[in-house]
Amino acid sequence: MNDLYYNWRKAKSSFISAACFVCAVIVITPLALVLFHLVRLGASSLDWNFLTQLPKSVGESGGGMANAIVGSLVLVGLAAGIGVPIGVLGGVYLAEFGSGKTNFVVRFAADILNGTPSIVWGIVVYALVVIPMKGASAYAGGLALGFMMIPLVIRTTEEMLALVPNGYREAALALGIPQWKMVVHIVLKTAGKGILTGVLLAASRVAGETAPLLFTTPGNHFWSHNLSEPISSLPVQIYVCAIGPYDDWHRQAWAGALVLLCIALAVNVGARLTTGRNSPHLAR
Amino acid sequence: MTASTMTNSTQPPSAKPAPPAAPDIPARRAPAEPAVTFDVRHLNVWFSSNQVLDDISLQVPPKAVTAIIGPSGCGKSTFLRSLNRMHDLVPGARVQGSITLFGEDLYASHVDPTVVRRRVGMVFQKSNPFPTMSVAENVTVGLRLNGVRQKALLNERMERALRMAALWDEVKDRLHANALSLSGGQQQRLCIARALAIEPGVLLMDEPASALDPLATAKIEELILELKKQFTIVIVTHNMQQAARISGFTAFLYLGRLVEFDETAKIFTNPSNQQTEDYVTGRFG
Amino acid sequence: MQKHFDEELGSLKEKLLTMGSYAESAVSQAVQAVTERNDKLARQVQDNDNIMDQYEIEIDDLAIHMLSKAPLATDLRLVTVAMKISQNLERIGDEATTISRRAVELNQEAQLKAWLDIPRMAAVALGMLKESLDSFVNKQPEKARAVIPRDKEVDAINRQLYRELSSYMVENPSSISRCLNLMTVSKSLERVADHATNIAQEVVYLCEARDIRHEAHKP
Repeated sequence: MNDLYYNWRKAKSSFISAACFVCAVIVITPLALVLFHLVRLGASSLDWNFLTQLPKSVGESGGGMANAIVGSLVLVGLAAGIGVPIGVLGGVYLAEFGSGKTNFVVRFAADILNGTPSIVWGIVVYALVVIPMKGASAYAGGLALGFMMIPLVIRTTEEMLALVPNGYREAALALGIPQWKMVVHIVLKTAGKGILTGVLLAASRVAGETAPLLFTTPGNHFWSHNLSEPISSLPVQIYVCAIGPYDDWHRQAWAGALVLLCIALAVNVGARLTTGRNSPHLAR
Repeated sequence: MTASTMTNSTQPPSAKPAPPAAPDIPARRAPAEPAVTFDVRHLNVWFSSNQVLDDISLQVPPKAVTAIIGPSGCGKSTFLRSLNRMHDLVPGARVQGSITLFGEDLYASHVDPTVVRRRVGMVFQKSNPFPTMSVAENVTVGLRLNGVRQKALLNERMERALRMAALWDEVKDRLHANALSLSGGQQQRLCIARALAIEPGVLLMDEPASALDPLATAKIEELILELKKQFTIVIVTHNMQQAARISGFTAFLYLGRLVEFDETAKIFTNPSNQQTEDYVTGRFG
Repeated sequence: MQKHFDEELGSLKEKLLTMGSYAESAVSQAVQAVTERNDKLARQVQDNDNIMDQYEIEIDDLAIHMLSKAPLATDLRLVTVAMKISQNLERIGDEATTISRRAVELNQEAQLKAWLDIPRMAAVALGMLKESLDSFVNKQPEKARAVIPRDKEVDAINRQLYRELSSYMVENPSSISRCLNLMTVSKSLERVADHATNIAQEVVYLCEARDIRHEAHKP
């Protein structure tokens, strides 16, 4: 009789394991489909020309998205210039210096910022920067993306700092080290790799945003020489190519999407590998 | 760095010219031997509305080991941490009463707690060498982050601290290895060296061997017996046999009150207080 | 865990007290063997000596075992005092054996004189032993302290007996062997009193944590 019950339990267990496996497969499937689709449709158009040439004028075939790729990098750089200092310092405040009441306010604000739709950022920066400057610019695009980065970086910085065991803080203070030095030299150093990961992930998130860029730097067919000029970016360029009437453009849109996805994947995987090697001392 | 009346800047005459002392680091202890290291009078500590220490008065003798024993939650660690103003960092902590170190009031309004902590070293229960630094960097971190830059001085202090912590021979060939590559007992001795490098006059130890195996514990106890020749040591321990082995004086705390404070030999062979007797023979509660 | 230790402490005390009663009866029987000229009793005392030796070994073993548990305060004093008392009791047993051997020797010759002093000494010494063991059981340091001065009494009787026997020996050479045996018996009883004094001093240390040994020599 016990045997029967045992078999029934084994069967139940196997069923649940199988169900979990199926769910895992279901999760991976969309990613696989997207990758497959993109590779199928975009790989053929992905060649050296694509990566190095500017888009050709309307009607001409060929050309590439070199300026869009570089433009995206520039915009992410500008965004990081805003998002990283404010985000990291904000996270440091929350983890090291804040009190219960002020922390609640700051976190609430960060959550609101996080929940703001990206197109709203576009409109806000349009009103604040584009109109006074009388034109779109890379600055405006970078600013919009930067605002989006801030809550992401605050959140991950605070979490990484909270993972640093309190023992290190006490030990440093017990040596007569002033609190700010303790935070900079001991806590930040210990959480450094984790914070960097958080920044990289936030940057890759923000690199793919299209809506804010539509209002602030809707694109440029040529190389930008000046950050007060509009600058091209991959998401916007993909959008433009995709809604255009030409098959040639459509192909380029696929190729561009493939490039964007590859960059995002590379940053994500790279960031996880770096954290993985360094998590032991955060887990103590 | 804020100047403070706590800075001890006198140096005894030495044969060779000593390197200039870094600001705010006490170069040497004053030559005269004080009669009492800590003079604690009517110490009361509250965490929010919860009174943790109740009217504790005792005098910690110099160059000796004073053990603080008592059941869990009786306030031993709280007492220890009030000796180096660690409660300043706890929101809601209130300290009342007076604690003087070598005659100077630690809680006077003009006293900078950071300076207090440079004169009173602390070693914790769980060893915590900084994980991003090497062995050498860990030992000298207290000096470097307080402004000392001269390499020669740093190296000299590092070697001296590691020798005092009985760790030099074991690590002298891997000073630049990451601190976490050492064993548990070695890491704890590294933390002791780190505390000793800033040359405090006093060492506070909060159950320093409780996370270690018996062999490593024995090494730490041996080390403490050596160190007491130069430093005043206050150690919190829940292991009475350890207190009996290494301390010269013992204070028994219960529910935040000081029940008895006397020479260790007396406390463990013939305590005056029945509560102490009950605790020490394990017949408590 | 404490209960187990307390049981062992109880066992230690019990063994000590049993050994103590053996010691008391050994001395009393040995003296009886002398005064009643009873060889059988004397041999019985000699046979029982190894019981005392066994007890000493058992008590010391138990004490060492308990010391390995690192007892403190009263427990520590009790264990160390137990070891010392057992040693003193074992020696008392040895003295009783000596007396019984002398009894056998004495019984082979005629009785020398009326037994006056030996029973008197024995009574005092046995009284001291009983009082010191009682004070150990009941934790009465005052009773123990009262035992100590009586040692002088026993010493005085011993000295007096020596003087008497010495002069007797000179006058009556035929009695030399009997006198020597009696002197040995007297010496043994004086030693029994000394051991009882030691036990009393250990009891004072146990109860008051004060070491009162050798105070006569203090300036």
